[in-house]
Amino acid sequence: MKTTMFKVLGTSALLSAMATSSAFATECIAPANPGGGWDFTCRQIANILYEIKAIDAPMQVTNMAGGGGGVAFAAVVADHNEDPDVIVAASSATTTRLAQNAFAGMTADQVRFVGAIGADPGVIVVAKDSPFQNLSDMVEAIKADPGSVAFAGGSAVGGFDHMKPLQIMKAAGFNDITKVKYIGVDGGADAITQTVGGFTQAMTGDMSEIVGFVKSGDVRVLAVLTEERVPGFEDIPTAREQGFDVVAVNWRGVYVPKGISDDQFNEWGARLKAVAESDQWKAAMAENGLAPFTKVGGDFQSWVDGVIADTVVLSKEIGVIQ
Amino acid sequence: MMDLYANLSLGFSIAASPYTLMLAFVGCFVGTIIGALPGLGPSNGVALLIPISFSMGFDAISALVLLTSVYYGAMYGGRISSILLNIPGDEPAMMTTLDGYPMAKQGRAGEALVVSGVASFVGAFLATIGLMLMAPWLARVAFQFGPAEYFALYMLAFCTLGGVGSNNQAKSAIAACIGLGIAMIGLDQTTNMQRFTFGNIHLFDGIDFLVAIVGLFAVSEVFHFIESHGKNSAIGVKLGKVMIPWKMLNDTKGAMLRGSGIGFIAGILPGAGASLGSFLAYMGEKSIASDKETFGKGNPRGVAAPEAGNNAAAGGALIPMLTLGVPGSGTTAVLLALLLTLNITPGPLLFTERPEVVWSLIAALLIANVMLLIMNVPMVKVFVKILSVPSYVLLPGVTMIAFVGIYSLTSSSFELKMMVAFGVLGYVCRKIDIPTVPIILGILLGNAMEDNLRRAMILSDGDWSYLLSSPISIGLWLFAVLGFLAPIFLRKFLKKPPLPTLDED
Repeated sequence: MKTTMFKVLGTSALLSAMATSSAFATECIAPANPGGGWDFTCRQIANILYEIKAIDAPMQVTNMAGGGGGVAFAAVVADHNEDPDVIVAASSATTTRLAQNAFAGMTADQVRFVGAIGADPGVIVVAKDSPFQNLSDMVEAIKADPGSVAFAGGSAVGGFDHMKPLQIMKAAGFNDITKVKYIGVDGGADAITQTVGGFTQAMTGDMSEIVGFVKSGDVRVLAVLTEERVPGFEDIPTAREQGFDVVAVNWRGVYVPKGISDDQFNEWGARLKAVAESDQWKAAMAENGLAPFTKVGGDFQSWVDGVIADTVVLSKEIGVIQ
Repeated sequence: MMDLYANLSLGFSIAASPYTLMLAFVGCFVGTIIGALPGLGPSNGVALLIPISFSMGFDAISALVLLTSVYYGAMYGGRISSILLNIPGDEPAMMTTLDGYPMAKQGRAGEALVVSGVASFVGAFLATIGLMLMAPWLARVAFQFGPAEYFALYMLAFCTLGGVGSNNQAKSAIAACIGLGIAMIGLDQTTNMQRFTFGNIHLFDGIDFLVAIVGLFAVSEVFHFIESHGKNSAIGVKLGKVMIPWKMLNDTKGAMLRGSGIGFIAGILPGAGASLGSFLAYMGEKSIASDKETFGKGNPRGVAAPEAGNNAAAGGALIPMLTLGVPGSGTTAVLLALLLTLNITPGPLLFTERPEVVWSLIAALLIANVMLLIMNVPMVKVFVKILSVPSYVLLPGVTMIAFVGIYSLTSSSFELKMMVAFGVLGYVCRKIDIPTVPIILGILLGNAMEDNLRRAMILSDGDWSYLLSSPISIGLWLFAVLGFLAPIFLRKFLKKPPLPTLDED
C-alpha cells in the first residue's frame, strides 16, 4: 500500500518544464516520490548548499521513484556514470537492498558513497501500558516464548527495521531468530499506531518517527540503538548500556556516480561536510529527531562496505537471501 | 466553545489577508484544472507546486494556504472530466463516471456538474467541520483498527462490488479478480520476494494504478470513440441551457449528507482514503435506493453521493495526517512532506504545540471551499463548452495529456506501453461488457488487503478466528456478507429478475 500510495506523488513534466532551466547546474536525485526520507535529504541539501553559497546556482531536486530506489540506481549507473554534477539521496535502506540483491543484480560497487550528514537513531518502543520496563524484560519474554512479542516496523520483512530486534536478540545470545515475530506496515507512524492499539507488543523504528508520541506520553522507549545517548533525549537509555551491544542508525547521505574523478568525489565530500556543519542543518536535525552523524569521503565508503557485509550475513541467516 | 471561536479567529486572522486570499484563489483555480486533467490528480498537483512555492519564498502559512487550495481544488476538478468525457481526472472521481457520464450523454452535463459541485462543497465543508471539532478525539479511531479490522473493511468493499457499472455480478467478480491478480505483481511486502516481475525493475513496485486508470478509461475511451465515429458519446450532444437545478439539489440532499458521513469515516482510517470513501458512498446510496435500476444510467444521486464522499474523505484524511503523522491518502502524504520540509512535524502534539499552523490550515480549508463553490457553479458553462469542441481537437488533446501525464509521473517509456496495454484491456472489457471500475478497485486495494490478511496471520500464528476477534471486525464482516447476499435475494424474491439491459453500445 505504501508503495502504491507514494507512487502517486510523483512530480510531473509540467514541473520539470517549469523548473528546469539552465540556471540549475547541479542535481540531487531523490529515488522516491516526495514525502519520504530521501526527498527530505535532497531538499535540505539543495536548500542549504545554495544558502551557504557552496554552489552558485540553485540545485535541482528530481524525484525518480521506483524499485525501492533501484530505478534511480540503474539510471545513474547507466546514464550518469561520469556526471560530476549529480548526487543521489541514500540511507540504510539503500545499502540493505544492495546487500540483499534487491536491485536486479546491481551491486554497491557500481557507485561511490560520498557522505552522510546525519542519522536517525534506531529505537525499540512499547505502548505506555506495556509490562516491559526495560530491554531485558522484553528479551527474557521473547526467550521464554518467542511468539508472545510481535514487532511492527515501517520496512518489509528483511528490511532495516526488522533487523534491529534480530540484532538485539542475537546480542542476547538467542540464535533462533526466525522465530521472532515481525510485521511490516506502511511506515513508522503506522507501526506506532498498531503498537499503541495493542495489535503488536513493540515497535521498531527510527527516532524521528516517534518524537511526537514520546512527548505525548503514548509510548515509552525501551532503548535507543546508538553508541551514546542522543542529545535532547538524555533520559532514554542505549541498548549498549543495558548490556546489548547493538548500534543501528539510519544514516542520511548521498552517493555519486562511479566514474567521476577523485577530486570531484572529494569536492562533494567537502560540500556535504559544510552542510553537516551548517546552522540550518543543525536546526533541521533537531526538529526532525536526527542525531549528528557526519562521515564523508573514503571514511564513509569503507564504513558502508562494512555495513553491507554485516547485512549479508544476517540476511542469509533469516533466509531473505540464499 | 469559546476555545473554538478563539482558535478560529486566530486561524482567520492569519489566513484571511488579501494576499493569502489571492493565493487561495490561484490555488483553487490551478487545482481545478489539474484535477480535471486525466492522470494529474490532487497529489500530483500538490507535489508539483511544492518546489514552486519554495522558490517563490512563501512562508509556512502562505505555502499551506496555496497547497491546500490546490488539494481541494483538484478534488473538485476530478469530477469534470469524469462527467464530460467518461475519464476520471483522479482515482476518487472514478465512481462519478458511472452516473455522471450517462447524464452528460442525455444532455444533462450542466446539471450533473452543478449537483456534483454542490455535493463536493457539502462533503468538504462537513469534513472540515468534523476536523475542526473532533480531530484529536477521532485520531483515536485509528488505534482500533488492526490488521483483522482492515482486512474486514476491504472485504466489505469487495463484497458490495456486485452491480457496479454492470448488472451482472459474475462479471463484476471477474473484473475484481483481474484487478486483484494485477495487484499481486511486484515485491511482496511480507516476505520481500518478487512476484511476476520477470526481473524487470519497473515491475518491482507493482503496477501503478494511475497507469491502469488512465489506460482503462482514457485510452480505451479514445479507441471506442474512433471505432464508433463518435456516435454514442457525450461530445456534440445538444446541451440544454445551464440553470441551477434547484429541484435536483433538493432531491439529492440526503445522498450528499449520507455520502459525506461515509466518506468522512473512510477518510479518517489511514489506508482507506478517498477512493474507498467515494466507492462506499456510492454503494451505500445505491443499496438504500428504491430505484436501484436507474443507477448507472444517469441518476443524480449516483453523482451526488460519491462526490460528497470523496471530498469528505479528503477532509477526513487530514485527521490521521495531522494528529498521527500517518498519511491516509496519496495527497495527504504530499502535504505531510510539505509540513516536514517546513520543519513542522505532525503528531499527537501538533494541535497544542503549533495551534497557529493547525487553525490557519483549517481556516484555509474553509476559505478554499467557499471559493471553489462560488467559482465552480458559474464556471460550469465554461466547462460544458468542452463538449462542443470538435472531436478532432478534443481526442488528440486527451491522448496527448494521457501520455504526457503518465510519462511525467514515471519518466519511463515502459509505463507508456503498459498504459496502452491497459487501454486495449479496457476496450476489450467494454466489448464484452465487463465493468472496469472493479479492476481499478482490485489494483488499488488488493495489496493492502493481502498484506493485512498476512499480518493478521503472523500475529495470530495462523489462527483464522483472529479475523473475527473484535466487535469492529465482526460488524464489518456482517455488513460485507449482507452486502454480498442482499442483492441476490432481493432480486430473486422482491421482484422479477430484470431483463438484461442492453446498452446502446
